[in-house]
Amino acid sequence: MAQPRTVTGSFREKPVDNRPEKIKKLERKMKHRSGKKKLNRSVAGNTLLFILMGICGVFMVLPLVMIVNNALKPLDEIYQYPPRIFVHNPTLENFSDLFVLMNNSWVPFSRYILNTIIITLGGMVGHVIIASLAAYPLAKHNFPGKPILFSMVVLSMMFSWTVTQIPQYMIISWLGINNTQLALILPAWAFGMGLYLMKQFMEQLPDSLMESARLQGANEWQIFWKIVMPNVRPAWLTLAIFQFQQMWGNTGGMFLRSEELKPLQYALQQITAGGVSRAGAAAAVTFIIAAVPIIFFLVCQSSILETMTTSGMKD
Amino acid sequence: MTTKAAPVTNPRRPVTAKERYSLWYRIRQSRASYLLIAPYFILFFLFTVLPVLMSIFLSFTSFNMLEMPKWIGWANYTKLLLEDDIFIISLRNTLLFAVITGPVSYMLCLLFAWIINEFTPKVRAILTLIFYAPSICGNAYLVWNLILTGDRYGYLNGLLLRLDFIQEPILWMQTEKYVMPVLIVVQLWLSLGTGFLSFIAGLQTVDKGMYEAAAIDGVRNRWQELWFVTLPAMKPQLLFGAVMQITQSFAVADISIALAGNPSVNYAGATIVTHLLDYGSTRLDMGYASAIATILFLLMVGTNKLVQRVLRRVGE
Repeated sequence: MAQPRTVTGSFREKPVDNRPEKIKKLERKMKHRSGKKKLNRSVAGNTLLFILMGICGVFMVLPLVMIVNNALKPLDEIYQYPPRIFVHNPTLENFSDLFVLMNNSWVPFSRYILNTIIITLGGMVGHVIIASLAAYPLAKHNFPGKPILFSMVVLSMMFSWTVTQIPQYMIISWLGINNTQLALILPAWAFGMGLYLMKQFMEQLPDSLMESARLQGANEWQIFWKIVMPNVRPAWLTLAIFQFQQMWGNTGGMFLRSEELKPLQYALQQITAGGVSRAGAAAAVTFIIAAVPIIFFLVCQSSILETMTTSGMKD
Repeated sequence: MTTKAAPVTNPRRPVTAKERYSLWYRIRQSRASYLLIAPYFILFFLFTVLPVLMSIFLSFTSFNMLEMPKWIGWANYTKLLLEDDIFIISLRNTLLFAVITGPVSYMLCLLFAWIINEFTPKVRAILTLIFYAPSICGNAYLVWNLILTGDRYGYLNGLLLRLDFIQEPILWMQTEKYVMPVLIVVQLWLSLGTGFLSFIAGLQTVDKGMYEAAAIDGVRNRWQELWFVTLPAMKPQLLFGAVMQITQSFAVADISIALAGNPSVNYAGATIVTHLLDYGSTRLDMGYASAIATILFLLMVGTNKLVQRVLRRVGE
């Protein structure tokens, strides 16, 4: 039996510092100075790595720059020779073209947006909760069948969804959820990657954390919500990002046949397929497709970095 | 449920040693665990395990979605390996993707994550975004179509013409010898995804004190630091990243279809997945498509298992 420990308040609580302000100020100054000098870094190594980084960075970012610039180009600049990456006379014409196109579609455009919100949010929230619930026992409990169950999940990440596409369609038809949004949401809840990632993070949590809660009489349900989940916030934010990408890119494929059930991505694809006359609107669409996940990531990323740096977990 | 547990958990009768080690006792003790994993695993069995089993079964049948599947033994596999020339091309291309983009993208993920980690948080956030963005922006990789347009209006042709490297515009995606190299480059552009993000997250959880301790112990430069401190400390993320990159590089299909078309010129851009889609959704030969799927499944899982074994030795 472990020695009973008393835990008061949050374990992350900062110790109270009663020293005089002058000493604290001096200490901060020292910390700042020593922080500037890096350990084990040579100038040559730095230069080499950063040049490499710069070249690759330009390669990575250039197509994205083109997406932004194309969206702002008037039609004559899109078909210009020689082709130019940067826009000369930026205009929002493409977006107003897109707006006109949207208003002419026979299913109201807000319907597509609503469908996307239902599918994305449904797939995201459900997955984060269900995968976290399953990850906790897999990471921290010991029960018969655990190794087999987990290795099956790992195995599921080792092949892509295309492998199971055909039987999956048959199963969804049997369940009678074909041509409903559940056909996209339910399978998304059981994606293997989220569970794997969540388990990897939860394993790094110190066992003593849960033990002390157990000794104070908390049940597994309470431990999960009150102790485990707040401490793996970076992990579930990451899960949410991945799931969002998955769901956002979904066009409904073969599962959604009714026009009024289809997501935004499908409508946008139709516009992109419109050919030369719609090249402007298509450029605007490409911009929107790319911008939304990036913005979502940007929002989540800052809080991931924040939680990562402040919640150093030491046993 | 709690009342039923009486015979074993009854505090008045002590549990004998024999009972404590019995499977049934341990299963009863883990009720809470099973309850927590139930929702996930019910769906997991329904949408992943069952489909894999069905796929393996269907690969031994002739099935067109309308009539009942008919058992034909190994016929699909013999046809696939002995008669189907396009499958051999697509197998070769897929292995090429796996051998090149797999390891290269894995190293790039690690290298960039590692360099990015040296910057201040704000710069780090921006760099992470730049490198990660291509893999999340949906089918925005279609922008490569503009770069690779075969006439003078294509950005790449325009640039090369202006620099006098070429005299005539090149039909990039219609010329057999360019298809695979171009697809590999685009795939690399797209591949700094989940694994990359996981590395960045992993690097930040490495305890700073360990570097200081390592410096005292005689670690002299950043390369030794990487090998002896950083990599062993982030092993869970390294293994995860490997699975992501390998699976991704075996499953290349969307970019091939979007940039080179399906079928591509002389099947130069054909991969196992494009071949699978061809039979599964165009020709509706589900038995044959399932055989392709099963082979792909074995390839992916086999490679992953092998690489996992190698990676477990990192830093030892």
